[in-house]
Amino acid sequence: MTIQEKEQEIIDEFAIYDDWMDKYEYIIELGKDLPLIKEQLKTDDRLIKGCQSQVWLNAECENNKMKFTADSDAIITKGIIALLIRVVNDESPADVAKSEFKFISEIGLQEHLSPTRSNGLVSMVKEMKLNALKAAK
Amino acid sequence: MDIQKIRSQFPILEEKIHGKPLVYFDNGATTQKPLSVINRIENYYTKENANIHRGVHTLSQEATTAYENARNTIQTYIGAQHNHEIIFTKGTTDGINLVANSFGELLKPGDEIIISAMEHHSNIVPWQMLCERKGCKLRIIPMNAKGELELEVFERLLSERTKLVAVTHISNSLGTVNDVEQIIKKSHAVGAKVLIDGAQSIQHIKVDVQALDCDFYVFSGHKLFGPTGIGVLYGKEALLNNMPPYQGGGDMIKEVTLTKTTYNDLPHKFEAGTPNIAGGIGLGTAFEFLNSLNMDDVVAHEQELLNYATQALTKIEGIQFYGEAANKTSVISFLIEGLHPYDVGTLLDKMGIAVRTGHHCTQPVMDQFKIPGTIRASFAIYNTKEEVDIFIKALERIIPILKN
Ligand SMILES: Cc1ncc(COP(=O)(O)O)c(C=O)c1O
Repeated sequence: MTIQEKEQEIIDEFAIYDDWMDKYEYIIELGKDLPLIKEQLKTDDRLIKGCQSQVWLNAECENNKMKFTADSDAIITKGIIALLIRVVNDESPADVAKSEFKFISEIGLQEHLSPTRSNGLVSMVKEMKLNALKAAK
Repeated sequence: MDIQKIRSQFPILEEKIHGKPLVYFDNGATTQKPLSVINRIENYYTKENANIHRGVHTLSQEATTAYENARNTIQTYIGAQHNHEIIFTKGTTDGINLVANSFGELLKPGDEIIISAMEHHSNIVPWQMLCERKGCKLRIIPMNAKGELELEVFERLLSERTKLVAVTHISNSLGTVNDVEQIIKKSHAVGAKVLIDGAQSIQHIKVDVQALDCDFYVFSGHKLFGPTGIGVLYGKEALLNNMPPYQGGGDMIKEVTLTKTTYNDLPHKFEAGTPNIAGGIGLGTAFEFLNSLNMDDVVAHEQELLNYATQALTKIEGIQFYGEAANKTSVISFLIEGLHPYDVGTLLDKMGIAVRTGHHCTQPVMDQFKIPGTIRASFAIYNTKEEVDIFIKALERIIPILKN
């Protein structure tokens, strides 16, 4: 599946929820499938400190495919990370560097990617792209 | 007191958030505005707008009168002796920075400033910057586990080196009402001046600056039903007269030549440039709104809400309160075991309930309790028990979702 196809798949999954609470219950469920960062990798240089929640991110590149693992102290943040990573994992660094995660606003979660929210996610997306750019060189 | 009648003066309370009626419990951050304030600002811009203190034309004169009347209303309300002791600022932060820069200019290396462990960052950082600039020393009044200041330690910190004591009247993250009368008396006994951060006070309790005998009192309009971008520094006349100006510009001068300037009298000496005229006038109207309330009734109503909500929350498994001072206002800071404040705040928002999560600009308070932040519900006069019930029900719905 391409990044676009994966994004569309997520948009379709979310289309069935018209109640916010159901939507968030689903996000929390998704957080449980997040490829977790190994405990020993939870070092300060992989920590993104937001005012509201914190995120750990590890990025690797194997055979021209990006592999992200992550975690967060807040479970809604974790669920959203799971969505972001699901879209870009196993994609080429060039494609990851280009991706804009537009599906997040289509499913009504853009507030979580707002810089004023200070939950670590904006910086995390930046980190993901920076890592992809490095790997693409 | 008829709360429904008060509510009907606040149009925003009719709003729906995500399809649910708004329950606004973030009054510590800012309060909502009554129609009178909104209309006053609208009328000013539609019919009265002109620059003040400068024109001979009718509009300018009338705008000046309206602005100066607002100053008088505030003077009367907080019990200042003179109207020129009311300096318009941008808000609490601006007022503290004014004092730190201007009064601070008079300090010498080795002089000491005392603040407390429960201050808002606005009442910490300007003093740290001043100490850095002037070689002064910052000392801290500690706080006990209930969130009360340890006044015996405070007395030991006081000495003839103490030049200023800057403490908050009411803590924004814990709700603690500090015994500022004692703090002021003890400080004056060693010759120190006292600044009270009143950002969280005037909307909740009656404040009389002469009865308190504080030297400076600062607050923000937006937290007491007034507009944003306007606030007040009250200072005693003699002190303000002795202090050098903070910012230079128009309005604060008497005469300017290219080599020398003489400064204007109070309050203009500290009000450089065209001020927030609409804000000042709107703030005057906010004080008229306060005047229309009986403060004893306000205190009684908010205490009732505080007790009602605290009792209901106590039944929630794993709840931990932060800030259990004997004397506190209607602020409840708490955590629920195993739940992250961000998650709770996000889901409450989806149910129309606005609370604050995080450190509330009081990181040292959070550090002392060894927590990254709390969930804070802070009530104002227009909140009701029914809203507390909605809040509790919402929490009961959220907790299993977040715990599963
Ligand atoms: C106790 C206290 N001090 C200072 C401030 C700063 O007020 P402002 O941001 O309006 O300048 C606040 C507001 O959050 C406060 O609660």
